[in-house]
Amino acid sequence: MNKTLHNRRGFLKKSALTTLAGIVGTEIVFAENMPKNHVPLAFEEGLAGKHPDMIVLSDKPWNVETPPHLLDDAITPIERMFIRNNGLAPEEKIDPKAWTLTIKGESVKAPKTYTLSELKTKFKTYTYQLVLECGGNGRSGFVPQTSGNQWDQGAVSCAEWTGVRLKDILNDVGLKDDAVYIGYYGKDLHPSRDPSKVVISRGVPIKKALEDETLVAWAVNGQELPLMHGFPLRLVIGGWPASVSGKWLHTIAIRNKEHDGAKMDGHSYRVPRQPIPPGEKLAETPENFRIIESMPVKSLITYPKSGAMLDFGKTLSLRGHAWAGDFGIKEVQVSVDYGATWQKANVQPPKNRLAWQHWSAQIQLPKKGYYEVWARATDANGITQPMVIPAWNPGGYLNNACHRIAVKAV
Amino acid sequence: MIKNLLLVVCTVGLFVAAMQREHTYGTNPASTQALADSVDAETGLALDPNFTIVKAQCTGCHSPKLILQHRFTRDEWLSKIRWMQRNHKLWDLGETEKTVLDYLAKHYAPSQAAYSRREALRNVKWYKLEK
Repeated sequence: MNKTLHNRRGFLKKSALTTLAGIVGTEIVFAENMPKNHVPLAFEEGLAGKHPDMIVLSDKPWNVETPPHLLDDAITPIERMFIRNNGLAPEEKIDPKAWTLTIKGESVKAPKTYTLSELKTKFKTYTYQLVLECGGNGRSGFVPQTSGNQWDQGAVSCAEWTGVRLKDILNDVGLKDDAVYIGYYGKDLHPSRDPSKVVISRGVPIKKALEDETLVAWAVNGQELPLMHGFPLRLVIGGWPASVSGKWLHTIAIRNKEHDGAKMDGHSYRVPRQPIPPGEKLAETPENFRIIESMPVKSLITYPKSGAMLDFGKTLSLRGHAWAGDFGIKEVQVSVDYGATWQKANVQPPKNRLAWQHWSAQIQLPKKGYYEVWARATDANGITQPMVIPAWNPGGYLNNACHRIAVKAV
Repeated sequence: MIKNLLLVVCTVGLFVAAMQREHTYGTNPASTQALADSVDAETGLALDPNFTIVKAQCTGCHSPKLILQHRFTRDEWLSKIRWMQRNHKLWDLGETEKTVLDYLAKHYAPSQAAYSRREALRNVKWYKLEK
């Protein structure tokens, strides 16, 4: 898209400027002063409505992450929600009135199609705060480097999603006894622009699909879904790799076997069944790789932003969030001496199952100087985040190592 | 979509926005490492005699940032090309395959830094915490 905006000298074409003037409703003053080959914000659909400090990892497809200090809100605002796309957002105009969801597959008694307005009126509406985290969040920490977006630690959000329970829909459709898995299909476009290719079609076992919190959602934080987050309809399944929460949702297949859609195979969203040395090659067979299900325990320090200098003697107030896939958080601790000693933080109960939990702590730095503040969470099963980078795997998934910030007492 | 776009631009001066975008692009540490004497302003890719061929072959379907984020050996880069040919309809690069690999292996090879389970925090921007 961007190429067509510029003339051969790298300045915006007159037609692009006219379009832009139409959008803004005024002339573009100083257009001749814009940097060469610059793409004005208006054309950057992935950044529409986003905070200016979001980090763009890729703009084709759009992959955008959130710096940890921007995740300080209890409920992540839309402008601070990370974007992970495998393909391109639908390019045709989307008419929500004409949008339908079809439930089909080997394990439905008969396929059934609902309009969006039927979904809204026929079933009870629920709202949940749900953690969505990319399976590859933290990938940049792995050595040797693995393929894929080099996420730091900001491919996570906990927003408030509104929709209907998938289990209510499936109950209305009627399932056979042999249902074992679901697989979604969305209207995103393959990066090769071949309309016959499916970008991504993943899913979860039927047990997870039938949980109360598994939603077919049309709203986030009380607003209709933004295009980049799946407008007008998406699956939202908290606690598992966010790639199971399919966007631009039009079909859900109820399968009598493990779903075999795009990105269910190879090492996509899978890790070795047995640990391997860093960098080792492993044949990408189901015998060697298992599908990632519940995400591991993790936490972030969202306040203060890394780099804080405070007067020696003052109390340092810290806060953040902790989450652990399908499970709750038992404890969060902080350390300013590289893990030699730990101090317990206060942890609040989650708003609902699969929501992140807020923690806070007050610490005193023992003398002037440079510190790293580390946070580590322990889940309800007693499993704690590692301080070092955990098991290397070919897809660079599941790095749940502790987050830390730099602080100085001056 | 136009409505979404409108939200972004309604009040912010475009020229200011332009400068902010330049800044935001520069915050990904992997893409800001000085690996070449000069980089192409549009793509961020290293400039050398093979740049034009690489740009033509590699940035039609995906963002140049997918290259800039990675550091691979020549064999690993080749495996990415084969993967794109299998899964993403990448065409046969013909004689330019060697050119593309020469370029990627030269500019985007793994660094020789020692292995670290947690390296030192880098690029800390210090500020006074008032509260």
